[in-house]
Amino acid sequence: MQVNENFEPVIVAFCCNWCSYAGADLSGTNRLNYPTNVKIIRVPCSCRVNPMFILRAFQKGADGVIICGCHPGDCHYTSGNYFTRRRITLLYSMLDFLGIERDRTRLEWVSAAEGAKFAATMQQFTEDVKALGPNRRLEDLRCRKQ
Amino acid sequence: MQRIGVFVCHCGTNIAATVDVKAVAEALGHEPGVVISQEYQYMCSESGQELVKNAIKEQKLTGVVICSCSPRMHENTFRKAAASAGLNPYLVEIANIREQCSWIHKDIATATEKAIILGRTAVAKVHLNTPLTSMESPVVKRALVIGGGIAGIQTALDIAEAGFDVDIVEKNPTIGGKMAQIDKTFPTLDCAACILTPKMVEASQNERITIHSFSEVADVKGFVGNFTVKIKKKARFVDETKCTGCGLCTEKCPMKKVPNEFNMGLDNRSAIYIPFAQAVPKVATIDPNYCMMMKSGKCGVCSKVCSAGAIDYKQQDTFIEQQYGAIVVATGFNPIKLDKYDEFAYNQCPDVVTSLELERLMNAAGPNGGTLLRPSDKSHPHTIVFVQCVGSRCDDEKGKPYCSKICCMYTAKHAMLIREKYPDTEVYVFYIDVRTPGKNFDEFYRRAVEQYNVHYIKGMVGKVTPKSDGKIDVQASDLLAGEQLHINADMVVLAAAIEPDKTARPLATMLTTQMDTNDFFTEAHPKLRPVESATAGIFLSGACQGPKDIPETVAQASAAAAKAIGLLCKNSITCNPCVAHSDELMCNGCSSCEKVCPYGAITYVDKEFRMPDRSTKVRRVASVNPAVCQGCGACTVACPSGAMDLSGFSNSQIMAEVDAICK
Amino acid sequence: MNKNLKEQVLRSSGVNVLKCMRCGKCSATCPSYDEMEYHPHQFVYMVEKGDIETLMKSESIYKCLTCFACVDRCPRGVEPARVVEAVRLAAVRQQGGNRLEPSDIPALLDEDLPQQAIVTAMRKYAK
Repeated sequence: MQVNENFEPVIVAFCCNWCSYAGADLSGTNRLNYPTNVKIIRVPCSCRVNPMFILRAFQKGADGVIICGCHPGDCHYTSGNYFTRRRITLLYSMLDFLGIERDRTRLEWVSAAEGAKFAATMQQFTEDVKALGPNRRLEDLRCRKQ
Repeated sequence: MQRIGVFVCHCGTNIAATVDVKAVAEALGHEPGVVISQEYQYMCSESGQELVKNAIKEQKLTGVVICSCSPRMHENTFRKAAASAGLNPYLVEIANIREQCSWIHKDIATATEKAIILGRTAVAKVHLNTPLTSMESPVVKRALVIGGGIAGIQTALDIAEAGFDVDIVEKNPTIGGKMAQIDKTFPTLDCAACILTPKMVEASQNERITIHSFSEVADVKGFVGNFTVKIKKKARFVDETKCTGCGLCTEKCPMKKVPNEFNMGLDNRSAIYIPFAQAVPKVATIDPNYCMMMKSGKCGVCSKVCSAGAIDYKQQDTFIEQQYGAIVVATGFNPIKLDKYDEFAYNQCPDVVTSLELERLMNAAGPNGGTLLRPSDKSHPHTIVFVQCVGSRCDDEKGKPYCSKICCMYTAKHAMLIREKYPDTEVYVFYIDVRTPGKNFDEFYRRAVEQYNVHYIKGMVGKVTPKSDGKIDVQASDLLAGEQLHINADMVVLAAAIEPDKTARPLATMLTTQMDTNDFFTEAHPKLRPVESATAGIFLSGACQGPKDIPETVAQASAAAAKAIGLLCKNSITCNPCVAHSDELMCNGCSSCEKVCPYGAITYVDKEFRMPDRSTKVRRVASVNPAVCQGCGACTVACPSGAMDLSGFSNSQIMAEVDAICK
Repeated sequence: MNKNLKEQVLRSSGVNVLKCMRCGKCSATCPSYDEMEYHPHQFVYMVEKGDIETLMKSESIYKCLTCFACVDRCPRGVEPARVVEAVRLAAVRQQGGNRLEPSDIPALLDEDLPQQAIVTAMRKYAK
């Protein structure tokens, strides 16, 4: 596949309010740079992320979706991130079944203290999605901006 | 039609240096529904807030978007400002263009572009925001403490001290728990009974404390501030109100061959009994499994000698129901059963005892009146071997994977007490590690070694073999010398692992609190909320949460009391309005949400529905208790029919945000 | 176990072996470790157990340089070097005479002899 040097992917990040959103804030407080491609949506817990939201993002033209939650055992709601892990695992097998790159979706644990990890993760994910190229298989062309 | 106001903050130069705030305000002004779009130096300042308030009033805004720092910083500030201007605070959304935009990007063009997208996302969300009101739920000013050991007693005393009524539910005939059985306490070696019994008396005399002894929690309903608890008062066949605790019945009772639980079965008691002299309440209890009157109807001696007429052979279990605002769990621990450890010959040889049994053997109120004698032949032991970590740190089904924490210290205490009282006795302690983290703990252990010459040997005991001459052969390894040892012992003391009380798990189910795989209650946060359970209104005290010594238990008991008092002080609780709710018309009654809810906030109710043909039908639908729901949203995703949604973070709101980002 | 011998070693060394918490720092710091059959921490432990004859028979008692590194670094102030010295003394007393005559020493000196050993020897005989 031809890699377009100017390709700027659209990346949606779902961050749980208690750990990862605070981690994202921390990377800001520490002035740790990561690509502008990443836009964060705040959710109470990573388990609030319905796989439907992820598919919706792809349908609307996102090139990558990353879900960030508290580390296992640290969930503010005790067990929410375990639900997320199971749901994303199931989503992966569905994506595999559909023949869609599973690397466009990622689940990461970022604590409120891991600002550096958040920035590094977003940097890496953006590069990985860039390498994958634009999302064409899931994007609904009817949704494309004219 | 929505009327939305957008306010972009410069935050001095924090935002304005990398984001063209004017361009952002200009761009967002063209978003649908936006009627006013302004920028200002410091939005969070008094005059900045004034700007927002005036705009709300003048423009009759139905939604506000603030493009500023993280919502974790100033969301509350702006919500309060909106509320004071008459706008529902939940119609305010924050676009985080500082921490997540201006501070991490350097290029003004791209940062401005991103800030516009973030603002647009917030505008898209606020279009779908609905006014939310926090529910107020009243608080019953009474606390329940489950368990009457030192943890429960301390918690109850502290809550009563603050002026609230407390009930203690204790399953045994007396409060006091494990500490009542202990002889001396480390590292000060003061007598446990001397410091515990005054507290027991204090609890019984405090008019705010009601002790339900010989009782169990049968059922728990309700939620934080408003629990309804059913307590089963087991029949003790003695009228508590009449019994004076004189003890005449226990002397006259002809059935005296009942193993005495309080002395760990090392001696016998009568069928009607008071567990120990300082019992609280000091009331006799009949053991129906041994009482001859109860079994064959022939006896009735106790009834005849009781001048108070307190004996009632026909007494039945009774139930009482009571409302509570807070519940403190203090169910404590027990040493594990050692049946599976054949190598230590615990079941074969009476001279192999557990540490708690040794406490009773050495206690002045114990079976030997305080003289340490071998249980088998009542002779004085000359060589005593202590084995540590029996069942602790065992990664198999026989034992427990954790360190029981208290054994190192009480073994040092036992060894020291024995050497002090009987200097002709050789004491060996076999250990894997000696763990003494605590104030004056290591000094205490070193005293046992240096001053009392207790032989600490690194290595485990492999086999304990009772011999025909009454001695016990202890085969062990001395890892430092690299050799196998045989010690000809008179007594072996096993430091058995401790485990949570067996009543803890059914109780956790009733309380919908969480437990770990070892049946210890799980705290809400391992570091920052160590005395609260994840379920609101349920607090944890003492060893039910993990192995603990007495000072730690008391500290946690008081901490749990403080948390409970904090709750009871309030007249009502303001609940987070961002909670789940179910659309009853869409709910198919599958129970998926009920299963994933970590708080037990979802119940199913049968409800009558009007059908299209005007008939009525009863359907089972989910119902969320907003006082219990914490708003995690796990149920919203589990719901297959899309009936469950979360206020403030609804499916449509998040979808709108996704759309706005991808646009 | 020879109780008298243990008493003698404890008295002549002045060390309270019970203070040892078996951390092994004495052996970790010992420059003669590789030469020794029994190492400083074993000396302390074996003296505590009263197993002194084994130590007396071992060449280890002559391998100690008396550099006092173990004494300096012991976190509990046990002074293992004194224990070794006391066992050596017990051995010397039993044999009734010194293992070496001072006049033998110059012949044994060689180029590779560590500086520490010479300092130690002076410390021992300069009384």
